[in-house]
Amino acid sequence: MIDLLSLATAVDPEGLLPARQQMALSLGWHIILACFGVAFPAMIFVAHWRGIARGDVVALRLAQRWAKVSAVLFAIGAVSGTVLSFEMGLLWPGLMGEFGDVLGLPFALEGLSFFVEAIFLGIYLYGWGRMPPRRHLLMVVPMAVAGVVGTFCVISVNAWMNAPSGFRIVDGQVVDVDPWAAMFNDIVVLQFAHMWVAAYMVVGFTIAGVYAVGMLRGRRDRHHRLGFAIPFVFASIAAVAQPVIGHLLGGDLSDRQPAKLAAFELATTTEAPAPLRIGGVLVDGEVYGAIEIPRLGSIIARNSLTAPVPGLDTIPPENHPPVNITHWAFQTMVGIGTLLALAVVLYWIVRWRGHDLRDRRWFLRFAAAAGPLAVLAMEAGWIATEVGRQPWIVYGVMRTSEAAGSNSGLWWLLGTTAVIYTAMTAAAVTVLRSMARRWREGQQELPSPYAPQEPNRHYDPPSGSESS
Amino acid sequence: MTLAVAVAGAMFIGLVAYAILGGADFGSGFYDLTAGSTSRGAELRTQVDHSIGPVWEANHVWLIYVLVTWWTAFPEAFAAAMSTLIVPLLFALLGIVLRGAGFAFRKYSATIGQARLYGAIFAGSSLIAPFFLGAAAGAVASGRVPADGDGNVWTSWITITSLSVGAVAVASCAFLAGTFLTADAVRASREQLAEQLRRRTIGVGLLTGALVLGALASIAQDAPTLAEGLTGRAAPLIGTSIIGGFLSLILLWCRRSGAARFGALLAVGSVIVGWGIAQYPWLLVDEVTIAEAAGAPATLQSLLVVAALAGIIVLPALAYLFRLTQTDAWTHH
Ligand code: HDD
Ligand code: HEM
Ligand code: HEM
Repeated sequence: MIDLLSLATAVDPEGLLPARQQMALSLGWHIILACFGVAFPAMIFVAHWRGIARGDVVALRLAQRWAKVSAVLFAIGAVSGTVLSFEMGLLWPGLMGEFGDVLGLPFALEGLSFFVEAIFLGIYLYGWGRMPPRRHLLMVVPMAVAGVVGTFCVISVNAWMNAPSGFRIVDGQVVDVDPWAAMFNDIVVLQFAHMWVAAYMVVGFTIAGVYAVGMLRGRRDRHHRLGFAIPFVFASIAAVAQPVIGHLLGGDLSDRQPAKLAAFELATTTEAPAPLRIGGVLVDGEVYGAIEIPRLGSIIARNSLTAPVPGLDTIPPENHPPVNITHWAFQTMVGIGTLLALAVVLYWIVRWRGHDLRDRRWFLRFAAAAGPLAVLAMEAGWIATEVGRQPWIVYGVMRTSEAAGSNSGLWWLLGTTAVIYTAMTAAAVTVLRSMARRWREGQQELPSPYAPQEPNRHYDPPSGSESS
Repeated sequence: MTLAVAVAGAMFIGLVAYAILGGADFGSGFYDLTAGSTSRGAELRTQVDHSIGPVWEANHVWLIYVLVTWWTAFPEAFAAAMSTLIVPLLFALLGIVLRGAGFAFRKYSATIGQARLYGAIFAGSSLIAPFFLGAAAGAVASGRVPADGDGNVWTSWITITSLSVGAVAVASCAFLAGTFLTADAVRASREQLAEQLRRRTIGVGLLTGALVLGALASIAQDAPTLAEGLTGRAAPLIGTSIIGGFLSLILLWCRRSGAARFGALLAVGSVIVGWGIAQYPWLLVDEVTIAEAAGAPATLQSLLVVAALAGIIVLPALAYLFRLTQTDAWTHH
């Protein structure tokens, strides 16, 4: 926080600090729901497919309930995404005015994918019992594909901010704009892969966690075991892949954004070989309280036993990012990522040797916590990326202070947004919990409470004894 | 036709689609809000759920399409409009957020108390969003957004013209929604509901007509460039719109609700197209033309590719969605 504040000096435009906080709040919120838009359709597809192909009523019921849950989540995902579309212009007129035509293409393609996603979402959600089952199932496919394409497009904008390409600056003017080159910049593929996999971790662990809690409370029927298993398989694969992708993504940081790497590694001076510093804070240029593991820094950051990790001393002070936030955010992500990867490996090894940890309470407790941990890792990863890029909005090209507007009224916006998002979170949690409760009580259809009392003919797989 | 004009045209098609399709979704909030007590309004509110539930998210994406095309193709004009019109746009955004969230929450709320709260939020914010979007459009059309974006954040849009365009936007949304809801209710053989909706839609239609006259009077005074276009080049479209409006009222009167929808579409659609033609070639009226605002040519080309892709991928899918929602299996549940 002190770091953040000290960045905003008196000469910065009035809109800068509130705009940053606003961006962080609204993106940090949207990204969680976006994960559901990316990863949930695939899990729904598996459950639904199993239900149809094998006549598995438990799986079919899971798919139907997940679809209802996604209806709520996707709606607030869509509106919070709209907030972002406005904000890009409202908060960063300097960026959009100058570079709108460089970075706009992926956004336009993103709009296209959201179209497809929203259309097939509408068909799928309202198609239960109103379409031939197989065709209905197929409607998930375009939805899932569009979610992934959309993510690629948005991420490419962020990747471009980290590794700008597709234009030249001549005498202060942006020339030779090539929007395709900007979209397919150097790191887009890896950054997308990392985010995509993160979405599977977030959703997979969160949904599995819901059923883990159910099992902890003694509901150990097949409904719960399957409801745990499907998302957990997705999450497991993702959790193992994620450290590998993350490592590759960080691989070229020493060339691409040395200041960010120095902040990640808490490196005040260039050292070769560099140690890995766990924890610690930087105060007045001195590192306190870090645990140093010799050589590991070089190994992790440079894939080498001896290569140097550039230190902050190689970078002019006015180009330093807020070091402590970046360092801690990065280590939080990596720490959680390592923990989750080890945990799933452990689960599957034990499983392979014939034991099911789903019968152990400690494991279920851990599984319940894994969802929030994955969310934390993802948020931390974004904070590391975004704060570590400072003071640049477009790395090496445009400073964040040049992109901001001069509207001091933005503090009002920030306050209002905080209130509304808090209320929306509370409302979403209340609604989802009440849905789960009614399902447990044996209701299937969840008719709206204000509906006229008339018999409802609906597609309803036979309900089991108990559920959630 | 230049590249820039082609892209502006593609963007404008999106705007018309949003005004009509998104507008009809917003407009249903009006009937929901005024449907009366829980038991009296039950049938109508359920009809609203059925009618806009499957389509509102898709209809909403037109707005995203317009925004991203605008900032990509005409970045500086976009930044200028956003800076000057920040207040109405934020209010519109607030309406959009609360509308979507309220609608989704209401459908799955457990108790009638919660459903009432979310329902009120959904319905109320459905009126806020079109009002402020209309007001922002009115400010652009009356030449109040300076090219460098330093227009006053209040006086630029608190004008008779802007406010009356906002009011017209709300009324036309409600009129469109009324014709659609009436037709849906007829198709679902809910006679009583259809009759109630029909009467109220006729009322809304008459009010809309009056508001349009008022707005035109204010535009004639206050926005000479636009007024010149509206009475000149765009006059046939304004005529078409008036005819469409009357036609749909007459059809509603004769209980031909299916056909009345097309009259309403004609009325609203041609006013908006007329506005576009009237303000051509200005993007920000009296300040920046489309040609002046255009970004890099390579980007404009790629945007046309995206627009073409949208035509190939999105339109058939959208047509499929709309067709499904009109089938018997989807109506009678
Ligand atoms: C569940 C989430 C999650 C997990 C477990 C991890 N990450 Fe991550 N990481 C993200 C979620 C994430 C992210 C939020 O998705 C970021 C932010 C921007 C991006 O594209 O991905 C990110 C960014 C990010 C960056 C910054 C790239 C840049 O700024 O250019 C690096 C170097 C890593 N990650 C490396 C790792 C490593 C070595 C991990 C090993 C355990 C790891 N991440 C686990
Ligand atoms: C890391 C970043 C992001 C990811 C992975 C992401 C992904 C997604 C996904 C998957 C959806 C569909 C959500 C659903 O239907 O539930 C969505 C919605 C949306 N996102 Fe994001 N997004 C990101 C950031 C952004 C940004 C930066 C913007 C705008 C500037 C944005 C704008 C939107 C919009 C407008 C929608 C709503 C589209 C609709 O109406 O369906 N997103 N996002
Ligand atoms: C593709 C998606 C994203 C885009 C296009 C994007 C874009 C931006 C922009 C334009 C800014 C303001 C300028 C700046 O401070 O550099 C910013 C800042 C920020 N964003 Fe992102 N962002 C994305 C994803 C995210 C996500 C998912 C988070 C989640 C936490 C996030 C967190 C932040 C934070 C914390 C800042 C403030 C950094 C600071 O000022 O210190 N971003 N982002």
